[in-house]
Amino acid sequence: MHSFGYRANALLTFAVTILAFICAIASFSDNFSNQTPSTQIQILNINWFQKQPHGNDEVSLTLNITAGLQSLFTWNTKQVFAFVAAECETSKNALNQVSLWDAIIPEKEHAKFWIQISNKYRFLDQGHNLRGKDFNLTLHWHVMPKTGKMFADKIVMSGYRLPDAYR
Amino acid sequence: MDFIGETIDSIKSIKIRQLLTQAITLGLIVTSALMIWKALICITGSESPVVVVLSESMEPGFQRGDILFLQMTKEPIRAGEIVVFSIDGREIPIVHRAIKVHERGDTKEVDVLTKGDNNDIDDIGLYAEGQLWLNRQHIMGRAVGFLPYVGWVTIIMTEKPFIKYILIGALGLLVLTSKD
Repeated sequence: MHSFGYRANALLTFAVTILAFICAIASFSDNFSNQTPSTQIQILNINWFQKQPHGNDEVSLTLNITAGLQSLFTWNTKQVFAFVAAECETSKNALNQVSLWDAIIPEKEHAKFWIQISNKYRFLDQGHNLRGKDFNLTLHWHVMPKTGKMFADKIVMSGYRLPDAYR
Repeated sequence: MDFIGETIDSIKSIKIRQLLTQAITLGLIVTSALMIWKALICITGSESPVVVVLSESMEPGFQRGDILFLQMTKEPIRAGEIVVFSIDGREIPIVHRAIKVHERGDTKEVDVLTKGDNNDIDDIGLYAEGQLWLNRQHIMGRAVGFLPYVGWVTIIMTEKPFIKYILIGALGLLVLTSKD
């Protein structure tokens, strides 16, 4: 009844149960944080806009991204992954999402930022449907917790338009 | 020394009825573990609801030895989601983030491009030869939850098999010798 093995087992089970409970509570507490992220994205310049030799449209943009994501950080946040995606509908695809820029924000202190950058990943269409196309720029964020459930959300900004002709 | 002596004594004292009870107990443990696993598969819709992170490609978000909980719903894949996919000719599934998504309007067929957060380039080089996009059938699930460090148990057991045998042996002995 009170053998070494029995005691070790009881202690281990108790420790694991408590740990699991604490992890669950930590993850659950994320639901009560008040999130008020803000962002602004401007297209400073269309660097070039071409049809590639094999037929896909490609755009190069310079973006001005301002964001305040401090409120996404809680005590259970390991990092926030933020990215800006261009989203549009073309005749071929009902939805195109192309990530243009992303960043890992490890600390709350770095969550308010301003950056001017040209697109990090290629803005390519499947086909050549981008001339004169209206599109959205969306700031997505993906909150990675120290433990538990991951959260993701976005702010959609519409009203951007690509030029009518290649340049 | 006492402990070992007691253990040997208790093995000697095993009787057939006791042996049967213990076999049933052992069987119960194994089957309930299997039941929990299969229930998880049903609930999450993913054929492997829990995966262990093996590479550094998603650091610092996911480190080697962390555990991810997967879910596979009918909902469409969107950019930014962390998906687990398998590539023809590769045994081990990969956990990376979708950075580009192109979805057809009529058929809902989807082309996805992924990239590890810690990698400099996208995953086209990891895909099968000539493959440019992931499609629905490659994707096994999306990561919804996270638990740090726990996966080290399985990593150590696969890399150092003798620890596994010691552990299984010790557990087996414990079950055989326990008198509850």
